[in-house]
Amino acid sequence: MIDIGLGHYLTLGAIIFTIGIVGIFLNRKNIIVILMSIELILLAVNINLVSFSIFLNDLTGQIFTLFILTVAAAEAAIGLAIIVVYYRNSSTIDVEKINSLKG
Amino acid sequence: MMAHSIFFYSFSLIAIISAIMVTASKNTVHSVFFLILDFISISFLFIMIGAEFLGMIMLIVYVGAVAVLFLFVVMMLNVAQQKNQWFSSTESSKHIPVGIIISVIIFFELIIVVSGWKFKPDLAMKISLTNNNQVITNTHSIGNILYTDYIHVFQLSGMILLVAMIGAIVLTFRKRSGVKRQSYFSQISRESADSIELVDVKNNQGVKIDD
Repeated sequence: MIDIGLGHYLTLGAIIFTIGIVGIFLNRKNIIVILMSIELILLAVNINLVSFSIFLNDLTGQIFTLFILTVAAAEAAIGLAIIVVYYRNSSTIDVEKINSLKG
Repeated sequence: MMAHSIFFYSFSLIAIISAIMVTASKNTVHSVFFLILDFISISFLFIMIGAEFLGMIMLIVYVGAVAVLFLFVVMMLNVAQQKNQWFSSTESSKHIPVGIIISVIIFFELIIVVSGWKFKPDLAMKISLTNNNQVITNTHSIGNILYTDYIHVFQLSGMILLVAMIGAIVLTFRKRSGVKRQSYFSQISRESADSIELVDVKNNQGVKIDD
């Protein structure tokens, strides 16, 4: 319990990943919060990669965390731009009301 | 070791509570602030276990850029006042049990994987023996392999950022009608022959301007 090992970090990653998935499923109102939940999921993946990289003493995990950071930033920028365009066209970003594809 | 565990438990508790508050908060601006708190505590954890470069990059990229971008969009779209209610709408309440069931299943799968996972003992021994240089800092060693072994992936991530930047500009760009704009091309290509006209003015007749 006192000795912090790899399992503690992996459990923290699992908890944050699950909270992100709960956020995607339970949020029915605001699509920006869904984007933030996706950021939480990517953060959990980063925790796993960094802790494996530290405890296995191999730097490849940290390099890949850097690339995941890049992709997450690009994804946030594109997603927020799409949200801004959608809000300009239909003046709402409620998840319930985005149903023009009838999915 | 004691201080390490105290810091780990406090920062991970802050991270988990703020992650819950990101999804549960009524106000979207508060969710963005809790997201910032989450990123800060996770980057402290990274710095604490020895990945200093990633912790600092995380602070710069997430807190400095992504969270500010989120905050900017939330404030610009005027959705901060729209309440983020979960349980009030009847149509949405049928998603909640499905979501909770799927999340619990995923969580227990992850926990089973974490608790049942073991090092292959000779593998861990071999890796820690080959790469045990304490003189080189973390940033230095990341730079050593990022610009040699992973140079193509690094340039590819630069291309991803470029595509994201162009995409964001193209998506949000719009031409406004009815706004007079400066036309650089006609401004630069204007010459004296086009703009000056010499007219012989006859007596008692005057000159017609801008016919």
